Amino acid sequence: MVSLLLRRFAVALPTLLLVSMLVFSLQKLLPGDPALALAGEERSPEVIEYLREHYRLNDPVPVQYAAWLGNLLQGDFGTSIRTRLPIGTMLIEKLPVTIELALLSMAVALLIGLPFGIIAALRPGSWLDYGASVFSLAGLSIPHFWLGIMLILLFSVHLGWLPAGGYVPFSENPLANLRGMAMPALVLGTGAAAVIMRHTRSAMLQALSQDFIRTARAKGVERRRIVLRHALPNALIPVVTLGTLQFGELLAGAVLTEQVFSIPGFGKMIVDGVFSRDYAVVQAVVLCTAAIFLLMSLAADLAYGLLNPRLRS
Amino acid sequence: MSAVATGAAPARPRAAGFVVRVLHEPAALVGGLIVLFFIAVALAAPLIAPYDPNASDWMAIRQAPDAAHWFGTDDLGRDILSRIIYGTRASLAAGIVAIVVAVLIGVPLGLLAGYAGGIVDVLISRLADAFLAMPFLVLAIALAAFLGPSLQNAMVAIGLSATPIFVRLARGQTLVVCAEDYIAAARSQGIGPVTIMLGHVLPNILPPIVVQASLTMAVAVLAEASLAFLGLGQVPPDASWGSMLDVARQFLGEAPWMAIWPGAAIIVLVIGFNLLGDGCNDALSPWRGD
Repeated sequence: MVSLLLRRFAVALPTLLLVSMLVFSLQKLLPGDPALALAGEERSPEVIEYLREHYRLNDPVPVQYAAWLGNLLQGDFGTSIRTRLPIGTMLIEKLPVTIELALLSMAVALLIGLPFGIIAALRPGSWLDYGASVFSLAGLSIPHFWLGIMLILLFSVHLGWLPAGGYVPFSENPLANLRGMAMPALVLGTGAAAVIMRHTRSAMLQALSQDFIRTARAKGVERRRIVLRHALPNALIPVVTLGTLQFGELLAGAVLTEQVFSIPGFGKMIVDGVFSRDYAVVQAVVLCTAAIFLLMSLAADLAYGLLNPRLRS
Repeated sequence: MSAVATGAAPARPRAAGFVVRVLHEPAALVGGLIVLFFIAVALAAPLIAPYDPNASDWMAIRQAPDAAHWFGTDDLGRDILSRIIYGTRASLAAGIVAIVVAVLIGVPLGLLAGYAGGIVDVLISRLADAFLAMPFLVLAIALAAFLGPSLQNAMVAIGLSATPIFVRLARGQTLVVCAEDYIAAARSQGIGPVTIMLGHVLPNILPPIVVQASLTMAVAVLAEASLAFLGLGQVPPDASWGSMLDVARQFLGEAPWMAIWPGAAIIVLVIGFNLLGDGCNDALSPWRGD
């Protein structure tokens, strides 16, 4: 188990290094003088000189990369040309907001995806199964931002039940926080629910066809116990792994949802960075998202190892 | 980007058989008809659009759907139905170009990695892993931001973001096919590696790639709409479903129809590609021995 994790870690580290090279090379896509391009709307000579100095733009590319990576390893992501704040500080400030949104969305996804996936597997071919299939197809096909707009239209514009956007920290006012997060979490959660529902259904169908389930049935074990105690724990192993990976996807999916609901998180940070041509911010968010994604892959491996008795031993 | 074709065992070189199977899959048929409908709409746009999509009628600003404007008008008095009809072109073009970019780069790289093995495989696979570690939409947004906002750049950004999926798939399928006896026989006859890859391996790995292309088209259409919604796709005044939704957001209370119809168009087209991909995947199942 430990050796498996160490092996995965040994693969993840060079992958992250490659990601950093790719993210760094994004700068090279900018047309013209990179210092001018990185400065975006800002045209003051001090800023341009600072960028030239900070990114060592007069040095050869490998030296530039080494300096950039060295700064990153010391937690220095540069300074935002829009807010004039250190990007590292901005990341620390925004990340908890997006993590809260992702956690609430995951709760929505599990509350919808797990029970309906199980019910669909228990009654294959029934109208419930078809309903679950339709929901899952819709969840994969409806754009998050459109669903968000429609929910705002219904719950904010017409009914006036929920705020159309904005963010109140949980520590300030828990109720206002949850009211503000309800629609974004629902929007983001339905897409993940569709994926979890599909996998739960197929994992349950597979578990229910196993020999030990047939044996339990032959011994007269009641159906409820067979489902909950025998089939479900086995079916949940791949679902938990998938759910862990989905958490990483939710962080990425938050980009548009945060934009629609004006939530000042990680996703809005990259969009604001794009609009204000704050390219260092865009690079930092991409790199952090990739790091979190790789971390979630490791967590998925850990979860799989802990839940699977064969790997645990 | 969760939809991935799962072909594992050797596929047989019978593309015609695959097409016949696809035609017998109801989901693929429905999906295919939806996609064909949108292709027809895109091609016939100048003939069927009731108005010029960029022409403003200042006497009909944010007009609700009626006999003159079936889907209503937008904030500049432009006919929404006409803009949706023309917007089909941007969505389909983005999907098609993105997939062509992804397949043309991804499949040869995957083929090479799977066939050559060794250090070539390690290098290509690690590069694909690095791309896959960056979530699809985040990478597409970053690439589109650095390349500059335009439909062409959005297409390239989406295509490059989708490339590693095809690298992985082509590599995996190539490894399976290369273990077959007929590949060993071809090698023993002294046939060169390029001929084996193009003449023997490639035709055998095509069906799962076609399936993946269809599923990825759905993702690409969603990604184009997302980039346009963020202002990184089709540049105004040309119509794009995503940018129409971005504008509609500002007038939700007064003109909800501005948001409803472009979203509905995206959903139906994406459902079409998803059904087509799922149907093709089911049609492929017997070849995988499922």
